Amino acid sequence: MKLRLKIWREGGEFPKGQFQTYQMDDVNPDMSFLEMLDVLNERLVAEKKRPIAFEHDCREGICGTCSMVINGYPHGPMQGTTACQLHMRHFKDGETITIEPFRAKAFPVLRDLVVDRSSFDRIIESGGYVAVNTGQAQDANAIPVRKEAADEAFNAATCIGCGACVAACPNASAMLFVSAKVSHLAMLPQGKPEAKRRAQAMVAQMDKEGFGNCSNITACEAECPKEISVENIARMNREYFSSVLGSETNA
Amino acid sequence: MKLDGKVPAGSLSEKWTNYRSTVPLVAPNNKRRIDIIVVGTGLAGASAAATLGELGYNVKVFTFHDSPRRAHSIAAQGGINAAKNYQNDGDSVYRLFYDTIKGGDYRSRESNVHRLAEVSVNIIDQAVAQGVPFAREYGGLLANRSFGGVQVSRTFYARGQTGQQLLLGAYQSLSRQISLGNVEMYNRHEMLDVVIVDGKARGIITRNLLNGKIERHAAHAVVLGTGGYGNVFYLSTNAMNCNVTAAWRATKRGAFMANPCFTQIHPTCIPVSGDYQSKLTLMSESLRNDGRVWVPKKMEDVQAIREGRLKPTDLTEEERDYYLERRYPAFGNLVPRDVASRAAKQVCDEGRGVNQNSLAVYLDFNDAIMRYGRSEAHTRGMHNPDEGTVRQLGEKVVEAKYGNLFEMYEKIKGQNPYKTPMMIYPAVHYTMGGLWVDYNLETNIPGLFAIGEANFSDHGANRLGASALMQGLADGYFVLPYTIGQFLAGEIRTGPIDPDQEPFAEAENNVKGQIDRLLSIDGSQSPESIHRRLGRIMWDYCGMARNAEGLKSARQMIRELREEFWNDLYVAGTNEEYNPELEKAYRVADFLELGELMVVDALDRNESCGGHFREEYQSEEGEALRNDEDYAYVSAWEYKGWDEEPELHKEELVFENVELKTRSYK
Ligand SMILES: Cc1cc2nc3c(=O)[nH]c(=O)nc-3n(C[C@H](O)[C@H](O)[C@H](O)COP(=O)(O)OP(=O)(O)OC[C@H]3O[C@@H](n4cnc5c(N)ncnc54)[C@H](O)[C@@H]3O)c2cc1C
Ligand code: SF4
Ligand code: FES
Repeated sequence: MKLRLKIWREGGEFPKGQFQTYQMDDVNPDMSFLEMLDVLNERLVAEKKRPIAFEHDCREGICGTCSMVINGYPHGPMQGTTACQLHMRHFKDGETITIEPFRAKAFPVLRDLVVDRSSFDRIIESGGYVAVNTGQAQDANAIPVRKEAADEAFNAATCIGCGACVAACPNASAMLFVSAKVSHLAMLPQGKPEAKRRAQAMVAQMDKEGFGNCSNITACEAECPKEISVENIARMNREYFSSVLGSETNA
Repeated sequence: MKLDGKVPAGSLSEKWTNYRSTVPLVAPNNKRRIDIIVVGTGLAGASAAATLGELGYNVKVFTFHDSPRRAHSIAAQGGINAAKNYQNDGDSVYRLFYDTIKGGDYRSRESNVHRLAEVSVNIIDQAVAQGVPFAREYGGLLANRSFGGVQVSRTFYARGQTGQQLLLGAYQSLSRQISLGNVEMYNRHEMLDVVIVDGKARGIITRNLLNGKIERHAAHAVVLGTGGYGNVFYLSTNAMNCNVTAAWRATKRGAFMANPCFTQIHPTCIPVSGDYQSKLTLMSESLRNDGRVWVPKKMEDVQAIREGRLKPTDLTEEERDYYLERRYPAFGNLVPRDVASRAAKQVCDEGRGVNQNSLAVYLDFNDAIMRYGRSEAHTRGMHNPDEGTVRQLGEKVVEAKYGNLFEMYEKIKGQNPYKTPMMIYPAVHYTMGGLWVDYNLETNIPGLFAIGEANFSDHGANRLGASALMQGLADGYFVLPYTIGQFLAGEIRTGPIDPDQEPFAEAENNVKGQIDRLLSIDGSQSPESIHRRLGRIMWDYCGMARNAEGLKSARQMIRELREEFWNDLYVAGTNEEYNPELEKAYRVADFLELGELMVVDALDRNESCGGHFREEYQSEEGEALRNDEDYAYVSAWEYKGWDEEPELHKEELVFENVELKTRSYK
C-alpha cells in the first residue's frame, strides 16, 4: 500500500518543531506500525538523513515505552491497542497519517516523538508501593484474598505507565494512571493499611508535576491501551477524598 | 587459572543455611559508608537495589531505559516457579532442584541450583506482601499451573503478565527506597565500561543518552543485572533494546564469559512473516498446558493447506500427527523447550511445516475448549448441552486463562485462535550463558557481581519455563544482598573511591575513543543492516542445530562482517544529542565480538546437551548425545584481545547428589 506520513520533527535541524511529510510506496499490510517506521528510518539513514526518533522496546504492548499520537489518537485509532501492536492492515491505501508526540505540560518533548515521562516515576515514588522490606513477609497463603478482589486488583495493575491517558485528556490529567495504582493496592489486604495516605500523597505529587485536574471527560478510558476503567477514579474519589477531604494523613 | 566456585562445605541442603550463619556481616553503621553500583532495573537489578537500599548501603542504580519499570522483565508472560507444594502434588525443594538440574542437562552447579530452589518459596511470600496480584482460586488461595519438563504444578502466575506484575512489585520497592534517599536512580544512562582499580571493580563509565555526556561513577562494588544477549540473533523474543554491552565490556576487562553458546530457542513463537520484521513474539509456554502441537501426516494435506484448499480444522484426528505426544508419551506437549523446538524443526525440515516456507506447526486449543466447556456445562447443571453452547462456555474458560495471549496473536496474525489453531515456530528467547560467577555471584574480578540472566549460573544448557523470573528475584532479593557482604566486609576501612584516579580516566578515554571512531567511519551501512546480517549467520550456523563445518565458516563470516562494520558503517548524528543510531552502533559492535565467541564455544563443545545440539552427536532417533566423560564442565572464556584466540578455563562440575543420566521425557 501507499501512504503519506506527516510526522512531527523536533530538535536538531528542526529546533522549533514542525511537521515533515514522507511518502511510503511499499507498505506491507502485515507490518506493524513501528516496523513501518523502521523501514522509513532505514531509508532516511541510507540517504544520510537523521532518522525519526521514537521510543519503543518490547513491541508487545507491555513495556509502555511506545508513545505517539496517530491521526489524533494516542496509540492510534484501534481500541485497546498500543502503537507497537497496531498493524498496517487497519489503514487504507493512499491514506495520509499524522504522527505526533504525546502532548502535555508534564511530558516535555525531548526529540521528535520522544517525551519525558519521568513525572510518572516520581508519582510512584511518592507512595505507589506497599511499605514492606525484603524478608518480612509471612507465608503467601496466610491471608486468603477473594478471587474477585484479586482479579479487580489485577485489572487495575495492568496499567503499563504509557501516559496515553494524559495525552488523551483535554486537561492533561493523570488521574487514570494514579487511580489505577491506588485501586490496585487498596483492593488487596496487603495494600489496604496505607491506602488513604497513598492516595493523598500520589495525588499531591501529580498536582506538583503540573498534571491537570480531572473533570470526568473519560477520554482517558477510551484511549487507554489496557482499557483501565474510570471506575478506578470514581472509587478513589469516593473512598479517599469525598469524606476526608485530605484531612487524614496517617491512616 | 583454576576457577574456584567457592561452594561452601556441608551437605547440599545445609550449605546455604550454614553459609548464611557464618558469612561475615557488615554492621549497619559501616553500611552507610559503602557505595554500591547496580546496573539494570529488571527483576534482578531492581530487587537487588531495593534490598541493598533497605539494608542501609548507598546504592546508585543505572538503566538505559527512561524508567526502571520498562526493563525487559516486564514482558515475561507465563509464570514463576516455587517449591511451595500448595497443590500437595508431591513437590518439594529437592524436586525443584532435581528438575532444574535435569532440565539443564546436567551442566549447572548443584549448590547454586539447590539454593535457588530453597529461596523460591520466599519469593512468592515477598511478592504477595508487595501486592502482586497473582491468580487465585475461588477459595482465595493462590492458583498454580504447569510448565514444561516437570510433572507437578508449581508455577504461580498473574494471567499472561507475570513478569509485569513481579517487575512492578520490585520497581515499587525500588521507588520506595529512592524516595527514602537510600537509592539514587539514573535513568537513560548506559554503562559503557567497568573501571578496575588494583584488581577490584570500583566503578563504571556511563553515557547520558539524552546529551551524550560521558560520566564516571565510583563505588566499592559493581553489580551487573543487565539481562541476556539473545538479540545477537537480531530476531528474538527479547525486547528491542536488550544487548550484551555491559557484560561484554566487563569481559573485555577480564571477567570470564561462561557457556556463551548455550542459547534457548523457545518452541512457541509467532513465525517470521517478512524481511522487514524486527522482532519475534512469544506465545507463552503455559499454552502448552492446553494446546496440542501437530502437523498433518500426509504431504498432500500440507500442500493443500499451503494453497488454501484445506483448512486445518478440516483434518480428522487420524490425519494429524501430534508428534510430541507420539514421541514423548510421558511428557507429551509439556516436554522441555529444547526438545520441543528440535522436534518442530525436524517435522519442518521434513517439509511438513504448515506455512509457505515450511516454518510453522500448529498449536491447537480445540480439545481444551471442548473439555473445559463440557466441565463448565456440568457445573452449571446443564444436561446434554449442544456443541455450540459447550464451545462457547469453553472459549470463556480459555479466555480467562490466556485471553491476552490470544488477543496478541490475533492482532499480529489477523486470525482468531479460538476458531483456528495458532501457527507457531521456535525462536531465540533466552541465554543460559553469561558472566561466570561463583557461589557468591561474584565474577572472577573481585567486587564485580552478576545477577539474573546476565550470569551463567543456574540453568545449565537449558532453562525450564518460569525459572528465569525465579532466578532473577532469588538473586536480587535473597542471595546477592547477603553474598556481597563477603566482599564488602573487607572494605569498611577503604573510604570513598576517588573517581579522579587514573583507571577512571583511562576507561573514560576508552569509551570516548570508541564513540569517536564509530562516528568518523562515515561509510554507507546502517548498524541495523549489519546487525540483521549477523543475526542471520548466528541463526543459520549457531542456532537450533550446529556442526563443526558450519561453525568454522560462521566464524570466518563474522570476522569479515566485523571488518565491514568498522570500515563501512554509517552513524547518523553526533554524540552530544539523543541518538539511538549511535546506541545501536556500539551495541552491534559488541554483538559482533560476542557472536564469534559463541561460535568458538560451540565448536569446543563436542557433544549435544540442552539447547546446544551438535548434529554430529545425536542418537539414531535424533535425540541429543551428551558426553559427560569429557564435557561435564563450565566453559569460562577469557578475552585476550582483538583478533587473539580467547583462552578457555574449565570449571569441572561435580555431581555429588544427582546421578548423571540420559535425559528422557519418553
Ligand atoms: C517474551 C518473554 C517472555 C518470558 N516469559 C518468562 C516467564 O514466563 N517466566 C520466566 O521465568 N521467564 C520468562 N522470560 C525470561 C525472563 O523474562 C528474563 O530472563 C528475565 O526477566 C531477565 O531479567 P533480568 O533482570 O536479568 O534482566 P532484564 O529484565 O533484561 O533487565 C536488564 C536491565 O539492565 C539494563 N541494562 C542493560 N544493559 C545496560 C547498560 N549497558 N547500561 C545500563 N543499563 C543496562 C536494562 O535497562 C534493564 O533495566 C521471558 C522472556 C521473554 C523474552
Ligand atoms: S492508565 Fe492506561 S493510558 Fe494511562 S498510563 Fe496506564 S495504561 Fe497508559
Ligand atoms: S513498545 Fe512496549 S508497549 Fe509498545
